[in-house]
Amino acid sequence: MAWSATTWVMIFLAPLLAFFLGHLFLGISRKYTARMHRRVGPPVVQQFIDVMKLFGKRESTTHSWVQDMGALFAVIGVVASILFIPIGGQAVLAFQGDIIVLAYLLVIAPLGMALGTGATGNPNSAIGVSRGLMLMMGYELPFAMVIVAVVLHYDTASISEIVKAQEGAFNWAILALPLSAIAADLALQGMLGEKPFDQPVAPAEIASGPMVEFGGKYLGMLMIWHAMSIVVEAGLFVDLFLGGGVIFPGGSVWALIGNILIWSILALVMWLISVSINNVFGRFKMGQALNFYWGVPTLLALLGLGYVVLSNVGVF
Amino acid sequence: MSDDEPKGGLLDQNGIPITNLPKRGFVRRVADWASAKSMWLLWYCTGCGAVELPPSFTSRYDMERYGIGPMATPRQADIFLITGYLSVKTLKRVVRSYEQMQDPKYVLGHGSCTIDGGMYWDSYATIKDVGLYIPVDIYIAGCMPRPEAIFHAFEKLQSMIKAGEANGWRRYKENYQYYRKNQDKVFKRGPDWALEEPVLK
Repeated sequence: MAWSATTWVMIFLAPLLAFFLGHLFLGISRKYTARMHRRVGPPVVQQFIDVMKLFGKRESTTHSWVQDMGALFAVIGVVASILFIPIGGQAVLAFQGDIIVLAYLLVIAPLGMALGTGATGNPNSAIGVSRGLMLMMGYELPFAMVIVAVVLHYDTASISEIVKAQEGAFNWAILALPLSAIAADLALQGMLGEKPFDQPVAPAEIASGPMVEFGGKYLGMLMIWHAMSIVVEAGLFVDLFLGGGVIFPGGSVWALIGNILIWSILALVMWLISVSINNVFGRFKMGQALNFYWGVPTLLALLGLGYVVLSNVGVF
Repeated sequence: MSDDEPKGGLLDQNGIPITNLPKRGFVRRVADWASAKSMWLLWYCTGCGAVELPPSFTSRYDMERYGIGPMATPRQADIFLITGYLSVKTLKRVVRSYEQMQDPKYVLGHGSCTIDGGMYWDSYATIKDVGLYIPVDIYIAGCMPRPEAIFHAFEKLQSMIKAGEANGWRRYKENYQYYRKNQDKVFKRGPDWALEEPVLK
């Protein structure tokens, strides 16, 4: 397989961009939350300083080599999944069926974290992991139906092709498939782990759940994973429903940079919508969260899927 | 004074010599700058001081603008904030939490009770001087200290960390026998507690 120069640049640029954007998004959201609380809030670069501090600690307790591997597993999983996300219409790895590979890869990083936290033997982390898996069971159902609906509507299983199909004015999938888009956004809230779906990491309840025994550079690794997974998940929504941020046509470098910029802004908007919901809600109980996900979002995703199927056979 | 107690040199408030710090390289100075700008707190609030903290971190005084915020567990935290008195029973938990924290770590004694027992100076059940059992970097006097005093202490601690002077975690490991002897007078360590001496890395 011969790769173009753009692909070679993107393979290094995409993880770096996700790292930078993720921490910037978290910094902006902390400032944004503070303004909603009528506080001043930390500087926007606070998240970078936090990670620097964590990697600068002189001591990091580890409980076994599985904990070391688990933290690496989480970061590697999220770096692997960013390679499948088209950033500004340009994905590093694009082939027919990559959306299915991505759906599996998205689960790998949380599983790596679960592996590492299980090795610490703290009961709080075991509770956090089991809550995380239960929550995954909740939001994966509507999200899988949304993916099937989008794939059927555009008749392709490649995210890059889906982004290409949305080019042009008022051609975004959020207008063509509004029900699926709403269901995907509700699933995104649980995927990002924001309130009311932050049961896995409930600081006041189970002492930050999976991270409970992680300190120093191990916590730094998990924070990098969290920051990058925000970009992956918000970016996936942008690619599926907001046209992948592709505004400028043509294959020039300036068009690509402009598209990456638009993609980043749209991902930030999706993240800030999630943070706004987070700021005004309390936390659901585990049963309430599952009841919610198997209720409204699943129904919306089912209706969206039905709409796509019926329009494909020519009813609409 | 017994023989195993350290002597000589510049002494801190407990008569323990302040060690000469090794020269810090560029990377270490940057790491110290970052840890001064991002301080995560572990609150030990079994005393009465906890009531001063909600105004410190909510919108009235907003602690987070300095990068200071609460953390859930000792593993994640940098600063151990001991508010108010410690009873003889809670000291064991404090030492255990302190030993779980990761270097470099700093201790803030908040309120007069941590200095000399305060209004509990003649109580049989209260620890009078926390600095005998774990090294305290900064004390905040007052009963209770106002949020302004807490912020003054944080600013002082930040400048101490940047200058490399906040070395309580180093004192604890270098003078472990001294602290351990004082701790053993108050409580016994169980078999589930790591008994080996901590190593300075």
